[in-house]
Amino acid sequence: MKKKMTNRDKTFWAVMIPVLVLFFTFNTLPMIKGVVYSFTNYRGYGSYDYVGLRNYIDLFTDARVGKSYLFTFKYALAGTVLVNVISLVMALGLNSRIRFKSALRGIYFVPNILGGLVIGYIFSFIFTYILPAAGSALHIGFLQNSILASERYAWVGVLIVGVWQAVAMNTIIYISGLQTVPQDVYEASMLDGAGKWKEFWQVTFPLVMPFVTINLVLSTKNLLMVFDQIVSLTKGGPAQSTESISYLIYKNGMDGGQFGFQSANAVIFFLVIVAISIFQMTVMNKKEEQL
Amino acid sequence: MIERKQKTNWVLTIVLILGTVTVFFPLYMALIIAFKQPSEMTNDVAGALSFPEKWSLDNFRQAMEVTDFWHSLGNSLLITLATIALAIVIHSIAGYVIGRGMAKKKSFRIIYLYIVSGMFVPFSILMMPLVKQTAQMGLGNRAGVILLYLVFYMPMNVLLYTGYLKNIPMALEEAADIDGASTWKTYWNIVFPMMTPMHATVAILTALGTWNDVMTPLVIMSGTGQNTLPLAQLNFQTQFGTNYNLAFASYILALIPILLFYIICQKQILNGVANGAVKG
Repeated sequence: MKKKMTNRDKTFWAVMIPVLVLFFTFNTLPMIKGVVYSFTNYRGYGSYDYVGLRNYIDLFTDARVGKSYLFTFKYALAGTVLVNVISLVMALGLNSRIRFKSALRGIYFVPNILGGLVIGYIFSFIFTYILPAAGSALHIGFLQNSILASERYAWVGVLIVGVWQAVAMNTIIYISGLQTVPQDVYEASMLDGAGKWKEFWQVTFPLVMPFVTINLVLSTKNLLMVFDQIVSLTKGGPAQSTESISYLIYKNGMDGGQFGFQSANAVIFFLVIVAISIFQMTVMNKKEEQL
Repeated sequence: MIERKQKTNWVLTIVLILGTVTVFFPLYMALIIAFKQPSEMTNDVAGALSFPEKWSLDNFRQAMEVTDFWHSLGNSLLITLATIALAIVIHSIAGYVIGRGMAKKKSFRIIYLYIVSGMFVPFSILMMPLVKQTAQMGLGNRAGVILLYLVFYMPMNVLLYTGYLKNIPMALEEAADIDGASTWKTYWNIVFPMMTPMHATVAILTALGTWNDVMTPLVIMSGTGQNTLPLAQLNFQTQFGTNYNLAFASYILALIPILLFYIICQKQILNGVANGAVKG
């Protein structure tokens, strides 16, 4: 018996060690290197020196970095709210007694399977040519110029595309959440004479709370890391008003000679994502318990 | 009660059907522009929305030449299919070992947390060191991209497999053990086939992620002259110039493979995505 256990253990470790080596080499090691680079003035080539915490101090006074955090947070916050409200409403609709249910569910998921880059190019054309044309024809002033060219509103354009794609994914998750609510719960609430509105807030919503947590964490994380849509819609412009953190790290870190500085930016960005995810999960867990 | 269930809500059905315009409109625009000639591009709404004068495939033929379509498609297929196959084999074994080991040993519990926490690591922090590292190792190519995907999707897939494993009773494995089968054999003959539903979920989630990914191939394969399908759209932007018809023909070509795959496997994909979320 003892011998058999060790054989099983041996097999287990024979599998585990190479997997761990692989994971360490291409995930943990580059992360450690990134942290080390963040304390240097490395430009991506040539020699470099250790500069202590200077990159981190500079981060907080760098206007461009500040602007990118502002844009990314604004985008992620507005996006998370919009995505979750719209997809919960969509899920309620697609889960009710309608015809062509599976076809409709299938169609509304399409935006999610299409790549963000190509979708961005298509929307870029719509924002630049179609909407202004419609604006002129209907004499709607604010539509007559491309919103992507407006320093003030370009982020709304990026937001529309980001939400368009993310809603598809979150709707499917909410639908599977709604399906876990047993039918007799609804019947009971109907017998109690609860109206539709009351039924939703007091019966349905608490029961799908775990799915709200999943969707909040997923959508916030994905929206914070926005990259493809920026590349295809605005390239960070106009006047760097839509430069996301991921895009700035890529652009200035890879080609801008700021390897060390942007490494520090990436480290902070990583900590921010972890902090937000943990915060969301603890707050939501408390809410789940209360209900 | 029965009456309530059977009554179709037609108002809602119609609203939801009309709502599909939000999905179809951008695709419709892309499709008609792809068929038009530059001379047909007008600045008024009616002109922009109208059908092309003739349905000619010339733009598509030209776009295929300009972007080296078949080559990019081949690269995308190679990378995605190799990633899926390796993920199913490697991540399922890893998930099995961690899942079963975790029940008895603390060391596997720690390994589980170590790997799963990788889900929160954004690509941005790994990107710059990985570009250097893969270049030094001779992995700044398609093989490197596949290897990186295997690492990036490991946290999610290990989480899914170990979660699914809880539903598979130990009794079968113990019986095989008593019959004298090795752990290795028991895994392949009994456990691996039983995890088929999770293999489908893993394959679909991994495929959707890798097929559309731009950033990894962009930074890792940039020196090779090879393109994936999305990367080709990015790299040939300058060659499209202001010829939107050519560009849109190319975009449509890039969207067709994944749309076809979706139309064929729609049910499995929706189930797979829902499964992944519920189990995750």
